Amino acid sequence: MTRKFRLRDLFTLMARGSEAASTAPASASGCGAACSCSTPEDSGHSVLDKTVDRRRAMGMLFGGAAAAATATKSAASVTQTEPEKDEKLLAWEEQLKGNFRLMTERERAETIDRLEQLTLIRHGVDVRIRDAGAIPGVLYGYAFNISRCKGYRNCVEACIKENNLDRKTGTQYIRIFEMEGGQVTFEDGDAEYFHQVPAEGHFYMGTQCFQCANPPCVDVCPVGATWQEPDGITVVDYDWCIGCRYCEAACPYWARRFNWSEPEVPAEEINPNQHYLGNRLRPKGAVEKCTFCIQRSRQGQLPACAEACPTGARVFGNLLDPNSEIRYVLEHKRVFRLKEDLGTEPKFWYYMD
Amino acid sequence: MDFLRFLRGALGAATTGGRTYHLWMGVLTFIIMVGGYAYSVQLREGLIVTGMSDHVSWGLYISNFTFLVGLAAAAVMLVLPAYVLKDVDFSRAVLIGEGVAVAALTMCLCFVVVDLGGPQNMWHLVPVLGYFNWPRSMLAWDVLVLNGYLALNLLIPLYILYQHYHGREPQRRKYVPFVYLSVFWAVSIHMVTAFLLAGLPARPFWNTGLLGPRFLASAFAAGPAFIIVTLHFIRRMTTYRIANETLSKLAMIATVAAQVNLIMLGSEIFKEFYFPTHHSESARYLFFGLHEHNALVPWIWTSISMNVLATIVLTLHPLRRDQRLLYPACLLLFVAVWMEKGIGLIIPGFIPSPLGEIVEYMPTWVELAVTAGIWSLGLFVFTALVRVALAVETGSVRHPGAPIMQD
Repeated sequence: MTRKFRLRDLFTLMARGSEAASTAPASASGCGAACSCSTPEDSGHSVLDKTVDRRRAMGMLFGGAAAAATATKSAASVTQTEPEKDEKLLAWEEQLKGNFRLMTERERAETIDRLEQLTLIRHGVDVRIRDAGAIPGVLYGYAFNISRCKGYRNCVEACIKENNLDRKTGTQYIRIFEMEGGQVTFEDGDAEYFHQVPAEGHFYMGTQCFQCANPPCVDVCPVGATWQEPDGITVVDYDWCIGCRYCEAACPYWARRFNWSEPEVPAEEINPNQHYLGNRLRPKGAVEKCTFCIQRSRQGQLPACAEACPTGARVFGNLLDPNSEIRYVLEHKRVFRLKEDLGTEPKFWYYMD
Repeated sequence: MDFLRFLRGALGAATTGGRTYHLWMGVLTFIIMVGGYAYSVQLREGLIVTGMSDHVSWGLYISNFTFLVGLAAAAVMLVLPAYVLKDVDFSRAVLIGEGVAVAALTMCLCFVVVDLGGPQNMWHLVPVLGYFNWPRSMLAWDVLVLNGYLALNLLIPLYILYQHYHGREPQRRKYVPFVYLSVFWAVSIHMVTAFLLAGLPARPFWNTGLLGPRFLASAFAAGPAFIIVTLHFIRRMTTYRIANETLSKLAMIATVAAQVNLIMLGSEIFKEFYFPTHHSESARYLFFGLHEHNALVPWIWTSISMNVLATIVLTLHPLRRDQRLLYPACLLLFVAVWMEKGIGLIIPGFIPSPLGEIVEYMPTWVELAVTAGIWSLGLFVFTALVRVALAVETGSVRHPGAPIMQD
């Protein structure tokens, strides 16, 4: 991929300079997916100091008593005392926590512990939240076979269940467009079709987050609540998001979703196998998006959509592995991407048999 | 100690007045409270109570925000000649202009806050405490320039009024550098807000180099128009004298800006419709409707008609000089620009969606009530500021030891 001059790069350079001065870790945004960005572990103690300072300062701002409780509480088993009070305390500590990227290992473990307890108190479900980082040498890519897809939308259903998507407003990451033959114009496509498929004279194209290598949604975030991970997945820190929805406006593929109200998932349908940056239960007022099922892919599994597809139209894998199926598709099929002219470099290709 | 006395005097001036004044402030307070209630509903239920959706993810709030940034920037049109060019004519109007800027910025900040999904996380924006994504995010730039501009427009008039309160002449070397700064700053707040939208390749409707200049032109039309209307009221309701010359110069500024604005609008319309591409779909939706979706068509044509009519009245000298026509024309221009630079600019950016889907937008009662509440708050702030400024300037609030002002 050739690099073009962009004013944005200049800003990114400036940002690197100022971050180096303040010893904050470099962020993954703005750089290519393949570059090795420093992980939070690299930045060590300066980061620890920073987050501790922040928490103390917030405590002073918003009430001494609760902050004192924050400082003294740590080992006390929360589930043993009155749940009402514990929920308030846990929620307050959650409110004061920092950006996931700037947290130390210990802080990450603590917030995950709190989130698991809160889920138990609020939903009565025992969940396991991981924070597994990117696997070295892995860059995820996706290919979609438009001659195979028949529009059954099993992928959509699997995605909803796997990712604990809000059932009340019917949030969906994947959209399957029923397209008229002879053209690839989404304006004439229909994503709300409700009839027997496949329909005569039509073909089907699925969209979701394309995990762009040059994502326009990341740079615009005013608080750095969304970034690209070293394995190429763009994630959101749901608790750090302020809900301005600038990223939603910036996405050329309409891939981001907002929690307009408190998301609802029936307790018996909550997927307990969760990731901090993936399918954990989202708060009201935060943005979310497809993460290639980060809770699955980082465990070596296929994303739920790829696994659910009955026609084999979905291919997922490691772009850096020359023997992977995705590499085979890219090398042997005629592939194309959406809106190549924007230079967003999606890691999601369409192809035909 | 003196400063406290000044503040007490100012508070006194802002809270005393005739029946009309109290009625006006009372009505505003009532609307603010209704808005506050509506916002509490939004806080409890989430933004689901608004008309926004994942398709149209910004609505009435951000529309008002972009318009009001322009109104705030327009205060510079008075500041520049009054302080820098020593145009004595304008000095009386300039405090009003800065009052407009402060009120508009207050409204801007409120509109951004009510649009947030997680206002409890706002501290994430505070540098050091949170994570301020500057200089990458244009929104971070906007936070910076808006707050800086607010500070400038509070401090400059505060210094001048405080000196007048003591019966002293303000020292030019102490405030003129800041005046220069605020002139550049005013342009920057509007350009940055335009860049915030123009920098998105996902939205062809905004992704144009003309957006920034168009913002400026429309702001320099609507801003002075608003100030002319305000000065008209001040002349009628108070003893504060404002020369006819001031009004006619302001009208001239509004006229030229309105003409430039129409030229730019024409240029945009030509580009969109001479050879319409997929990138012209939003403009087609706005001006003519798209596949039976045409909610904004009457809105934008009403705005353009009002805009053209007001510009014609302002352009013809005999009409503009007739005060019975000048005030309605200015009011018309102000409303027309509000319609165009607000809803007429933000909503079509989202329709159709980047994947070609059409979902229309209609504000709900919550949005309307919150919006009315914030506008009332702005008018409340503006009225109070102007009242204090006029009280100091006319000498009714002054330091006991101050010499009598020679007016």
